[in-house]
Amino acid sequence: MIKVINPGFFTTIQDEGRYGYQAFGLPVSGAMDGYAYRVANILVGNTAGAAVIEMISSGGTFEFVKDAYISICGADMGATLNGEKVAPWTSFYVDAGSILEFGYSQRGTYTYLAAYGGIDVPLILGSRSTYTRGGIGGHHGRALQIDDTLEIGEHTNLPMSTIILSKKFIKQYQNKITLRVLLGPQDDYFSKEGKEIFFSSEYTIGDDISRMSSNLEGKLVKHSAKPDIVSDASCMGAIQIPGSGEPIIMMADRQTTGGYAKIGAVITADLWKLAQAKPGDPVLFKMCTEELAEEELRTLYASYAEVEEFAAASRQALYRKYSIKVGGQQYNLDLMEVQ
Amino acid sequence: MEAKILRAGDQGLVVDFGETIDTETCRKVHQLAKKIKELRDDRIKEIVPTYRSLQIYFNLLKISRQELTDIVCDALDKIKDVELQLPKKRTIYIPTCYGEEFGPDLDFVAKITNLKPEQVIELHAETVYQVYVLGFVAGFPYLGSVNEKIIIPRLEKPRNRIPAGSVGIGGRQTGLYTVESPGGWRLIGRTPLKTFFPEKENPAFFRPGDNIKFEPITKQEYNNIAEQVAKGQYTPEIKITKMAGDLA
Repeated sequence: MIKVINPGFFTTIQDEGRYGYQAFGLPVSGAMDGYAYRVANILVGNTAGAAVIEMISSGGTFEFVKDAYISICGADMGATLNGEKVAPWTSFYVDAGSILEFGYSQRGTYTYLAAYGGIDVPLILGSRSTYTRGGIGGHHGRALQIDDTLEIGEHTNLPMSTIILSKKFIKQYQNKITLRVLLGPQDDYFSKEGKEIFFSSEYTIGDDISRMSSNLEGKLVKHSAKPDIVSDASCMGAIQIPGSGEPIIMMADRQTTGGYAKIGAVITADLWKLAQAKPGDPVLFKMCTEELAEEELRTLYASYAEVEEFAAASRQALYRKYSIKVGGQQYNLDLMEVQ
Repeated sequence: MEAKILRAGDQGLVVDFGETIDTETCRKVHQLAKKIKELRDDRIKEIVPTYRSLQIYFNLLKISRQELTDIVCDALDKIKDVELQLPKKRTIYIPTCYGEEFGPDLDFVAKITNLKPEQVIELHAETVYQVYVLGFVAGFPYLGSVNEKIIIPRLEKPRNRIPAGSVGIGGRQTGLYTVESPGGWRLIGRTPLKTFFPEKENPAFFRPGDNIKFEPITKQEYNNIAEQVAKGQYTPEIKITKMAGDLA
């Protein structure tokens, strides 16, 4: 069990998202940064799709009422375990009574805390993701609050080994990002100059970032006629441009449908960059081909397989716990073979 | 009518029937949705019908866009002569307080359309609308179409917070915000009804095909109904007609 001492800025339970209900106007939700979310689950040995704790910008403080095996992935929120610094992109064992405290992230926005066994909240319409606007999923359909308690799902013996993820799997959160874009479905609503401006200008992430969308500021993108369409569906990463000409990119809690023309959509493999960007960060858009988008998606999934292999090998590393007595005082010693 | 196949991201395909709000287009969308659903193809993640299009989300690691396009074209051929089974038609009455703090854009809409606010209310409330599709953030009913005199473009910059129950006009469409959310429609009134139930198996109050009629009420009536809604004592008026209208 995990007790919330301090929830942080906006902390929710998320998984892969709630599919199958967009036809009823219910957004997908799910983790904003799919990469950090997935790696966090792999490090603790969870099956894909397990629920985790997602923190935004300023993390919370948690007490582990029972022993647990956990991981931290995503933005570095300067976490400490019982006062000792712990790095992100690692997994480790925590004893009952331990206090894990997160601070504010300097770079990156989203951090995931996964526990072996998964966060055990009820499955609502097939998912454990929180959709706060609709008040469903996660912990009572809302962001975590002080004194909330979360159960950890059933699991076999807790692993003991600490895993420090290899650097090659750790995403660097740059302060300037380039997002690759596939045109459509309404790119024909924009003038030639409008498209040129969109792909050649530097935009900045606006202050109103949320799980729903990222609003961008910068040069206005001109429509060839009107900006409004008869509403159609919006995928994650869809870039809609309202009459004002400033792009709005749809994210995890996006509306299922919308009525502003969409010039294109950010490719799946680049969505984590946008999720982790901070207000004021510069953004460039680059036109992408379907072939490259597919190749990048395959590379992304191949890297999950590699992380799985890495984690499995690390878990097998020799690990022993010793108890020694020196001058009547007992010390606990954890010994691990380092690769 | 020719359907166009468009792209929505690397794992989305749109079957677009065009910029229209009419029963025939909507019927086609729902027929195609039914055909695709019947395939039970697990490489297709989800389908989302709208007024004018069917969006198909697929797993690109399992199926190529080309293969999916072929499947869709095949399904389009098959729906040509299929009749759709129609459920019972409901007409739902939505008590709505127009103007004042509930409809901050009413005066603007009146000004742009060269009407008096009362005329805007009258024109908006006299039409029986049809729910074409549910969408946006939480079972938002997209209703069509408003009287031509009160067609008005969306806000240039959407608002960040629109209270639940707000009734707005967006182009030819009208509808009501089922939960608090951002949005770009022109707000002309608000209903005290609750229309989204997260605790239910189907959280959406409305169904595609429903008829909706807005009933103007006073602020006093609004407050009375809101009080009853809060206590769970208010039942909205719903008439059920024996035979279905013209939509699934």
